[in-house]
Amino acid sequence: MAGPNSFYGPIDPAADAGWTEAPPRMGFFTDTSVCIGCKACEVACKEWNAVPDDGFDLLGMSYDNTGQLSANTWRHVAFIEQAAPPSEAAMDVLREAEASVSTQFLGMPSSTLPGSSGREDRDLRWLMMSNVCKHCTHAACLDVCPTGSLFRTEYGTVVVQEDICNGCGYCVSACPYGVIDRREDDGRAWKCTLCYDRIGEGMTPACAQACPTQSIQYGELDELRDRADKRVEVLHQRGVPEARLYGHDPADGVGGDGAFFLLLDEPEVYGLPPDPVVTTRDLPAMWKHAGVAALTMAAAAVVAFLGRRP
Amino acid sequence: MSDHAAHVSAETVRGNGQGSGRRRGGGKGDRVMVPPAEFRSYYGRPIVKPPVWTHDVAAYLFTGGLAAGSALVAAGADLTGRPALRATGRVAALAAVGASGYLLVKDLGRPGRFLNMLRVAKPTSPMSMGTWILTAFGAAAGAAAVAEAAPYLPRRGALGLAARALPTAGRVGGLVAAGTAPALATYTAVLLADTAAPSWHEAYPRLPFVFAGSALASGGAAGLIGAPVAEAGPARTLAVAGAALELTATHGVEHRMGLLSEPYRTGKAGRLLRAARLLTAAGAVGALVGARSRAVSALAGVALLAGSAATRFGVFEAGRASAEDPKYTVLPQRERLAARGDA
Ligand code: SF4
Ligand code: SF4
Repeated sequence: MAGPNSFYGPIDPAADAGWTEAPPRMGFFTDTSVCIGCKACEVACKEWNAVPDDGFDLLGMSYDNTGQLSANTWRHVAFIEQAAPPSEAAMDVLREAEASVSTQFLGMPSSTLPGSSGREDRDLRWLMMSNVCKHCTHAACLDVCPTGSLFRTEYGTVVVQEDICNGCGYCVSACPYGVIDRREDDGRAWKCTLCYDRIGEGMTPACAQACPTQSIQYGELDELRDRADKRVEVLHQRGVPEARLYGHDPADGVGGDGAFFLLLDEPEVYGLPPDPVVTTRDLPAMWKHAGVAALTMAAAAVVAFLGRRP
Repeated sequence: MSDHAAHVSAETVRGNGQGSGRRRGGGKGDRVMVPPAEFRSYYGRPIVKPPVWTHDVAAYLFTGGLAAGSALVAAGADLTGRPALRATGRVAALAAVGASGYLLVKDLGRPGRFLNMLRVAKPTSPMSMGTWILTAFGAAAGAAAVAEAAPYLPRRGALGLAARALPTAGRVGGLVAAGTAPALATYTAVLLADTAAPSWHEAYPRLPFVFAGSALASGGAAGLIGAPVAEAGPARTLAVAGAALELTATHGVEHRMGLLSEPYRTGKAGRLLRAARLLTAAGAVGALVGARSRAVSALAGVALLAGSAATRFGVFEAGRASAEDPKYTVLPQRERLAARGDA
């Protein structure tokens, strides 16, 4: 039930939304240190969820021709090309991941990583990351939705019911990660559902299922958080000190993400906000200021008329 | 290396104080207004999504404020025996709230989508609250405006009965409208602030005062345009007081929020807000010096209305600009982290 932390702070979102005897909170841990940029997740998501294509659009930037998460892209693989030689340790981690993948996998044009061959003469470092809706503990999109179309599932995830959505677009402006978006043709809001239909049947979400390197891991959030902590430790020991978690902390500005990440650089390099805060944290203060302004208006009117009775 | 040229590098971008972080600093038209700050981004792409709202929403901010201000003027005029000012206020309030409804439905696509929002009342959604405020205000303002038709109805028969009941209904409607007016004028500030658009959110303590002032100025302006000078005194006071509040609070938004004030001073938003300042200041002066002249008062009223509209469009554009450039998302959050010692 709604409590003092309903707007901000650590909380169990399913219980806060009124679910009793909810199953454990489910989520994603996306480990970018083993992402090979194959986009299997993007493809699997589109196929399972029957998401329309975004029109073929060459952005002329890197291997990324989608650019961002949108109404029609619920998993997005970001490619970051940096003019710095990659660390040997980080490349070893990646090569191992790469080696574990069959060369026949999904008909990939090449079994090598972008940047892993010919890297010696290019001196480029590649970062790849499969981005997704964070299924925030405090989800601004859900808070501001005026129709109740966005709701909290028993798994603690955030889902749009498109038949209720009226396309007001408020959620689009409220999301601190720029995830949810309005679709041009039907005017409704769309985003990752964490495969609500699949996980209800005990299945793994399509993206996690398709990921050949286990860069995308699905499971109980508590367990994923433990696993992620250990993974960071291992990477640090192997000489990848830049490994860090993002969105794992229940004390952060959104109460922790249901889908969190292991990154190899600052979040903003991947297009993620470095310190997101759910906008509704300040909602009580906003209404308070609006209340004072409203009273000021009323008082001005009273004074203007009473000050000069005819 | 040939393909390298086709790639935009995602390395550090230098904010140049006037727009897209996609451009590298040091270019020719690089007029630096604040010390350039280093920040990194994903190919200069926005982090938060720019609002999908069209200018209908900016116009809605204006018509909602005008409706609210006019309803206050009408109720005051009703209670203090100023029939011409009352009629002006009531008609303006109804017309403006009607325009608000039209704009809202237009933005949503069809009327059913507005009704969708009346199936829930959700305190965490300013849009849900606003829908109820607008609906309550609209009904009351409608009743008040219809009452102005009483003198034109026959004195006898069923219509005569209505004619005799109307003034009371009008007073009640007018007072209810005036009671909801301050909420109608200020909730829109919360609507904008309760987003991830950096310059809207940061302005949450100030925007309600910008909008309250702007609403009073436009309501007073309607009175100056529609009522003779003999009755328009309080409307004049409200117009000037509202303009002063609008100018002061907007100044705060433009200058007191560090980097996040920048979108209010640059680009399209900057031009609109500079125009708003001129129009509002000129309107206020006109209202003061034109106290004896209906023509000067009406002109002042027009300037104030235009100023109020320009303020709303300017604020709207500034929020959009702040969402489009990742530096407004990254830099303040970086500062916050640094202040906490986390970065
Ligand atoms: S990331 Fe954005 S769309 Fe996803 S739950 Fe959080 S606020 Fe909503
Ligand atoms: S666009 Fe749809 S899901 Fe988003 S806030 Fe509006 S009604 Fe809710």
